[in-house]
Amino acid sequence: MTERRLSRRDLFRLGLVAGPASLAVACGWDGGPTLRPTLRAASLLNDWVGEKVLLRPGHLAPTYPRRARTPEGAFPAYSISRPLPTLEDPDEWTLEVGGLVKTPMSLTLEMIQALPRLTYTVKHHCVEGWTAIATWTGAPLSAVLAMVEPTAAARYLRFDSFDRGYSNGWDMASAHHPQTILAYAWNDRPLTPAHGAPLRLYSPLKLGYKLTKFLTGITFTAERPGGYWEDQGYPWLGGV
Amino acid sequence: MSDDSPPVAPPPAASPPEPRLAEPPADLPSDDPPAAALAEAAEEIATAAPAPAPKHAPEPEPVAGKRPLVHRHHWIVRLAHWANAVLLAGMIASGLQIYGAFTHFGPRGRTYFPNPFDGKSFPHWSRLGGWLAGGLNWHFALAWPFVVTGLVYLLYMFFSGEWRTLLFRPRDVPRAWQMQLYYLKLRKEHPPQGKHNALQKGAYSFILVLGVLSVASGFAIYKPAQLSWLTALFGGYELARYWHFWAVFLFLAFTLVHVSLVLLVDPASLRAMITGWYRGRFPSHD
Repeated sequence: MTERRLSRRDLFRLGLVAGPASLAVACGWDGGPTLRPTLRAASLLNDWVGEKVLLRPGHLAPTYPRRARTPEGAFPAYSISRPLPTLEDPDEWTLEVGGLVKTPMSLTLEMIQALPRLTYTVKHHCVEGWTAIATWTGAPLSAVLAMVEPTAAARYLRFDSFDRGYSNGWDMASAHHPQTILAYAWNDRPLTPAHGAPLRLYSPLKLGYKLTKFLTGITFTAERPGGYWEDQGYPWLGGV
Repeated sequence: MSDDSPPVAPPPAASPPEPRLAEPPADLPSDDPPAAALAEAAEEIATAAPAPAPKHAPEPEPVAGKRPLVHRHHWIVRLAHWANAVLLAGMIASGLQIYGAFTHFGPRGRTYFPNPFDGKSFPHWSRLGGWLAGGLNWHFALAWPFVVTGLVYLLYMFFSGEWRTLLFRPRDVPRAWQMQLYYLKLRKEHPPQGKHNALQKGAYSFILVLGVLSVASGFAIYKPAQLSWLTALFGGYELARYWHFWAVFLFLAFTLVHVSLVLLVDPASLRAMITGWYRGRFPSHD
């Protein structure tokens, strides 16, 4: 019968399409050398959309009452170094702010704590898919930006840490956001080593891996800085 | 050979063999459908997109084995259908990879939402991306063509008027019931229909709504701070992620039923979705 023969040919054509697709699936494939650059390019497109279209500079992430906090023991805390990175002499610690700025500065923890103080209770979004709520206190990053005055050429920031070279690159718009802070307190107490003592970057606008702990410096750059996870393939913007 | 023809009886000697007229198959629309239903079906046909002119006019030939050849699917619909099949497979496979990074639903430190896959990862063959970053990059790269394909399809359906043949409306409820009775063999004749029967309309409308909801819940968990209003509509980030996950299994269930029915009930429709041309049991439309 004509009909049956046609159906078989159609099934064959279907196989032509489904074959490579299922093969790609079957291999747990990250794109290979051929497609990985394309996936990276798509990721850059998503970064652009995330920064230029979806990021609303004046829009605040939702805040929560203190009673909505995650039980402290259930709030995961990641670091690269094992055991947790700690400072030999905490009194010697300073935050070096430099790069494409008019006034490079070396800030002590006291100087940062003397800046305007912001406390909020927000939801932490991890790239893995979990969330946890905590209260964070710190100085708005915008206050530091106002002091050091980035030059017109400055388009990005690089945050460095003493966690075995862990670093992150940030866009300027997210850095200026009113909820982006240099945090020194967690749940109304001084920051613990697990959460990045003495100072970490915090913002409810970014995924957890963008919120550099154990800060040592902020550098303003013209070129987009890489980062520990970003260089391995994680999305660069990491905005939520 | 018609079943009712006596296997050995010779034709009457005097009369020449007549071209045998096929009995209308039992599952075709009966000859006397309710007039109103017929009129509505006719309206659907009339308001549907004028299909591209067939190369040769379809001639309904009531001869057994020679069903009319009709043009059924516009190339935009066919392209969107197959692109969607591939893209959705990639979205699901990369999504299962992403799921493996945190195999629970609900906030940390609380009781997790009910989930038969709680604490479990999906088998290696079902995942795309190799690790979390690879899964994310696939998922976010495929999301755009998935959305664009869906939009092109919806725009085509809207501007061609073809949506009338597919959208499930309140009046389709009793018809879907009749169709179900027919499938359960509690009704003898196949209810009258336009391009699709009422159950098909329900299924295809449902899958379109599911597509829209999965994209919307995807954006809700992609940008829960920037699109906090959208995330709130789904009940918050954790629930949006939960619904987004369940959409996978609704897609899979639909696909299973869809492919089974195509192969079991109307295999000719597979050809129609590939070439556009249909020669099968339900030529009642255009």
